[in-house]
Amino acid sequence: MLPGSLKFRAEIFRQFYEENKPFTCLDGSRTIPFDRVNDDYCDCRDGSDEPGTAACPNGSFHCTNAGFRPTFIPSSRINDGICDCCDTTDEYNSGAKCENTCKELGQKEHEVLQKMAEITKEGFLLKQQLIQEAKNRQQEKQSKLTELQNNKKELEEKVEALRTVKETAEQPEKEAKELHLKAWEEQKAIIRAEKDKAKMAEAFLELDDDADGFVAVAELQTHAELDTDADGTVSETEAQGLLGGVDHVDTASFEKVWDNIKDKYVSELADNDSEQYPSDDDVQEEEEEDEEEDDYPEEDFDKVRKSFLVQAPPTVKTPPKKDEDEEAMPPYDDETRVLIDAAQKARDNFEESERALNIEKEISFDFGPDSEFSYLYSQCYELTTSEYIYKLCPFNRVSQKPKYGGSETNLGTWGTWAGPEDNKYLLMKYEHGTGCWQGPNRSTTVKLTCGKETTVMSTSEPSRCEYLMEFTTPAVCQEPEAVISSLHGHDEF
Amino acid sequence: MAAAFNERMGLLLGLCISLLLGGSWAVDRGNFKTCDQSAFCKRQRALKPGQSPYRALLDTLELSDSRLTLQLINDNNKVHLLLELYRLQGNITRVKINELKPLKPRYEVPDVLVGDQPTEPLSVLSQDDNGVVLSLGAESQRLIVSARPFRLDIMEGPEVLLSLNSRGLLAFEHLRLRKDTQADPEGAEVKENVDGAEQQDEEQKAEDGGKDKEEDGLWEETFKTHTDSKPNGPTSISLDFSLPGVEHVYGIPEHADNLKLKTTDGGEPYRLYNLDVFQYELYNPMALYGAVPVMLAHNAQRTMGIFWLNAAETWVDISSNTAGKTVFGKMLDFVQGSSETPQTDVRWISESGIIDVFIMLGPKPSDVFSQYASLTGTQSFPPLAGLGYHQCRWNYNDQDDVKAVDQGFDQHDIPYDFIWLDIEHTDGKRYFTWDPEKFPQPKEMLHGIKDKRRKMVAIVDPHIKVDSGYKIHSEIRARDLYVKNKDGGDYEGWCWPGNSGYPDFTNPEMRAWWASMFAYDKYEGSMENLYTWNDMNEPSVFNGPEVTMYKDAMHGKWEHRDVHNLYGLYVHMATTDGLIQRSGGTERPFVLTRAFFAGSQRYGAVWTGDNAAEWDHLKISIPMCLSLGLVGISLCGADVGGFFKSPSAELLVRWYQTGAYQPFFRAHAHLDTPRREPWLFGPENTALIRDAIRQRYTLLPYWYQQFYQAHKTGQPVMRPLWVEYPKDTATFTIDDEFLIGQDLLVHPVTEEGARGVTAYLPGQGEVWYDVHTFQKHNGAQNLYIPVTMSSIPVFQRGGSIVPRKVRVRRSSDCMENDPYTLYVALSPQRVAVGELYIDDGHTFNFQTKKEFIHRSLTFANNALASRNLFPESNFSTDSWIEKVLILGASKPNKVTLQMDGKETSVEFEFEASMSVLTLRKPGMNAGADWTVVLQ
Repeated sequence: MLPGSLKFRAEIFRQFYEENKPFTCLDGSRTIPFDRVNDDYCDCRDGSDEPGTAACPNGSFHCTNAGFRPTFIPSSRINDGICDCCDTTDEYNSGAKCENTCKELGQKEHEVLQKMAEITKEGFLLKQQLIQEAKNRQQEKQSKLTELQNNKKELEEKVEALRTVKETAEQPEKEAKELHLKAWEEQKAIIRAEKDKAKMAEAFLELDDDADGFVAVAELQTHAELDTDADGTVSETEAQGLLGGVDHVDTASFEKVWDNIKDKYVSELADNDSEQYPSDDDVQEEEEEDEEEDDYPEEDFDKVRKSFLVQAPPTVKTPPKKDEDEEAMPPYDDETRVLIDAAQKARDNFEESERALNIEKEISFDFGPDSEFSYLYSQCYELTTSEYIYKLCPFNRVSQKPKYGGSETNLGTWGTWAGPEDNKYLLMKYEHGTGCWQGPNRSTTVKLTCGKETTVMSTSEPSRCEYLMEFTTPAVCQEPEAVISSLHGHDEF
Repeated sequence: MAAAFNERMGLLLGLCISLLLGGSWAVDRGNFKTCDQSAFCKRQRALKPGQSPYRALLDTLELSDSRLTLQLINDNNKVHLLLELYRLQGNITRVKINELKPLKPRYEVPDVLVGDQPTEPLSVLSQDDNGVVLSLGAESQRLIVSARPFRLDIMEGPEVLLSLNSRGLLAFEHLRLRKDTQADPEGAEVKENVDGAEQQDEEQKAEDGGKDKEEDGLWEETFKTHTDSKPNGPTSISLDFSLPGVEHVYGIPEHADNLKLKTTDGGEPYRLYNLDVFQYELYNPMALYGAVPVMLAHNAQRTMGIFWLNAAETWVDISSNTAGKTVFGKMLDFVQGSSETPQTDVRWISESGIIDVFIMLGPKPSDVFSQYASLTGTQSFPPLAGLGYHQCRWNYNDQDDVKAVDQGFDQHDIPYDFIWLDIEHTDGKRYFTWDPEKFPQPKEMLHGIKDKRRKMVAIVDPHIKVDSGYKIHSEIRARDLYVKNKDGGDYEGWCWPGNSGYPDFTNPEMRAWWASMFAYDKYEGSMENLYTWNDMNEPSVFNGPEVTMYKDAMHGKWEHRDVHNLYGLYVHMATTDGLIQRSGGTERPFVLTRAFFAGSQRYGAVWTGDNAAEWDHLKISIPMCLSLGLVGISLCGADVGGFFKSPSAELLVRWYQTGAYQPFFRAHAHLDTPRREPWLFGPENTALIRDAIRQRYTLLPYWYQQFYQAHKTGQPVMRPLWVEYPKDTATFTIDDEFLIGQDLLVHPVTEEGARGVTAYLPGQGEVWYDVHTFQKHNGAQNLYIPVTMSSIPVFQRGGSIVPRKVRVRRSSDCMENDPYTLYVALSPQRVAVGELYIDDGHTFNFQTKKEFIHRSLTFANNALASRNLFPESNFSTDSWIEKVLILGASKPNKVTLQMDGKETSVEFEFEASMSVLTLRKPGMNAGADWTVVLQ
């Protein structure tokens, strides 16, 4: 049943499986006649008597994979109809048609490794530059820091002074802005009231189908959009309710009625229903505009499921309609603008001097053994996907912003290096981002790989609200010798 | 969080919803009706036991040889009813009561019964002015029709087995014209006279004859903001059943409650009304996703069943005091002795339709299962892979995610058969489509899965997005196959895709069209290893009353009220037909449904809906699936790990261990929960979960054989102990352990931090073997079993032979040709019997071409023999017998194999401490005749 060549293909087994001599299970538990080795029956508890069959539940099978990498597979994959070993040796009796792909795989791997070697080589050179630059910057910073430490008190005083200047400048700015805004709001209110009145009059005329000067129950019933119980029609009772419990109203009493119905009322002259029943796209836009309030991406719509939705019939989905005629706020007057400019200048001065003070903080970051990561500080890198723009600002934060407008969601702020013990600089952890609905705060793990460029390669959300970002940078490139030696480690090459 | 979320929803929907969430995980009970809030239930329940106003008009009796008809009259309102009695083959009595001349036809449930029910002759034994005595043939069984008041009693010898209307609760609200008093201008409440249901009320009696009595809910009823227009007025029906000598009743799923049904006196009745209940509560009679109106009554002498064939909203009251017995006692010559005799009284109430009851007289539990199977069919025989492990989550994000999870199973050497995709795989919740960003190459993905001999399930829900650009929608609309609202327009409700239409699956044309949509060229991206999941088919309507459809919506000429509990079955039926048709009728389908009704077992699997990651939810999974098994639905499972919330590692491991021994074994999780693939809880827990899943796979031959039996005979796969030990009263309330078939007893660990469990091992004079240690234990004892995290207490019955495949591979398909190991557990009499069933695992050829192997395995007189049970069958297998373990054996001198007239010696080992004899590699083909003799 078992091809003879299979029996002893693995070097490492040769010493244990001596032909025609009793075999002792590798765990020493028992000794069996040699013809029970690979006889498709499991005799040893450790599975060692069946290295070439699937008989033992805990056995391993060795694929030589000449041309590629030798490997062990669980013996349960022998003759299971699925090609696992690239040299096809695992499927010797299953009828599966496997092709030997070791050569191809070996070539492919070789190419990949070669390419990696090239990248590593160039990347490592770049890394040297980065280290040099970092050294220079470090000296600069160090001297600044010394300076700062000497003048710290002075600087702090300066910052405080500038803060006062800034705040003094901001006060009149704020007042002027508020004044301007208030004037505009008042103006707007007047315009709106007038418009509303005009609309009301228009609506009254429209509703008063029989032109008797009264709006009656039946007349209201023709406007299905005014439905209050979401059954799609306005019943008599509903219409009466809208009219305040009477059968008809005149223009004067209509004012009250109008207040109740104006949000839903659709003019008969309106071109179609689309305003009342927004298409998906409308909803989407609406959602995005609302993003600021809640920080939840749109799938959240699903998760609340029925218990909420039950309450909300589709017809009330209409977003609050903006008055198309409403104009933008007029620009600030000159006086205000002068105040704003002055305040801005004071803000800039303050921030600059504060930044000088921050150098202490910057120096405190762990930028790697040779400060090779320091060039990432105060930089940001973006990746645009079909839905979102992701932004990684190393040592600061990770964020996500819907591509088509909407506010930013914090996916975590800088936490720590989180790579494995032998090289912690392979992973960055950003934590305590915006909270998820009934879930944890968002967090992001950034996986760093060697590359010539500094780029965000991909983002994903493997688990709810836990993001994974792949990021390339020369700063993690290892010395090429190390890579080459690992290349030569494969005896097949 | 909840507040912020509400705000968001408010903005989105233009409406501020003030609902609490987050603080409590319990169901919002206010969303669902109590009996008091359901007008007909309130009306009917107000009717108390007493003298029935119904009288049998014996002079109208007509008897053809198998059918008896008789008119009943309600003396209060003079409405005539027509009673029909049938004797059906297999000890079943059918009782039908309808109006003699209804204003228009009343709904009679179609498509649930299988074929024609063969009848048996009825004969009149005696008749006088007081009643008629009919012979029911077997075992001196008689049916006594008493005339005044009307009641039915089924007797065997001197014993009353069951009585109908003995408490006078037969109530039939006849169809009537609406006698509107001139509605006042406000259109206020309609006033209408009630009869029938009110006949016990003396005042009412006095008023009878058309006088108005104000009562709500006859012609219109409002729940929360939803109004039910009830154009047909009151139509409800009710009937009581008395079960003398019965203290234990079971069934009427689906409820998140214990196996033994509780009395409902002073509480809510059990409700049957398919509903999508958000975060359901445990241990109460609220309605859930499915309804099977079948109740089993059991005592040490007899098991009987009542099948109430009605698809409308139904409530079931159970009381077990001795009330009503006096009335009962007076009626008959055969007085039932003393007042100590226990009795259970049951009352069924439905909103519309007719009374159509099947009384299954047993007498053994297995007889009741056969009787019910003869009415509604048996469990569909699932493809073998369907009995493997299913990995599901809402949702696997994209193709890469699916690939990574698939590889994760291989990396961790854990077998699985199906990976599942929930609603997010679609293009905007348009079923039969794929999200173009996340699943751009579904066939490529499916091929990747096929390469591992694994399969996929994708969800297809019955709500259809109203979108003229969506082919499914525009075609259903063009064919005018949507459910209509009361005004004749297409009914639209709110579900996952937003505004949705609901296809009228009660219409055969709709079902045929739906089935055709599963054709490979219609369902783009599908191929033969893609199967289907029907969710939300109660139907779930987010903005409808009780999260479902308006009762006055129309399915052709019938109201939704009449067909509600059938809707899910029809969706399941149409989908299953689709999967059968796409293969030209050769491949067995696999379709999971959430909503179900009597007969749903014919179409596939059922799960217990949206449970939660809590220990009590793990515990309740046992009685919930046991109850379903009792009423024919064997392929049942609960979401492993719990759908809502996030399980601790301990709970997850215990759930895998429990689920591995329940019929449908699927892990599932809510969108918002952290990932929980089996390898995400550290190497120790990964190993525990791997071991549980592997135990499942080693037992697949036994599971498969059990499902073959269920398919053939209607016996449940997962069984309460009392089914096999009907005389052992200690078993009657056990629902923390169960049997698989009759040979494996499972008592999963369902307590947090458990150090031991106490399992009841039934059977005086029997023995049970621990399947892990082979230790032998005596039956009829409570056995304390110390447990660790790796323990799954499972016992094999002495006297049984269980086939296993101990070589666990990546999927069940990969195990096709693997050899068997036979576990022969000897009884104290040193005998054992078992079976071995083998076929191709996925086609109908076992049925159409008799391509299967079915063998009996017998151990007796120190010889183990395999014999063909069906010589006319024809199938060959590469599988062989690699090992035989004989538990409870003594050491033989010699073991020989006799096959093909030759005798060869078989090597063996004997392990004395546990008395286990192992036969090493006897090597015979699994389909062959052979005998192994111990000398």
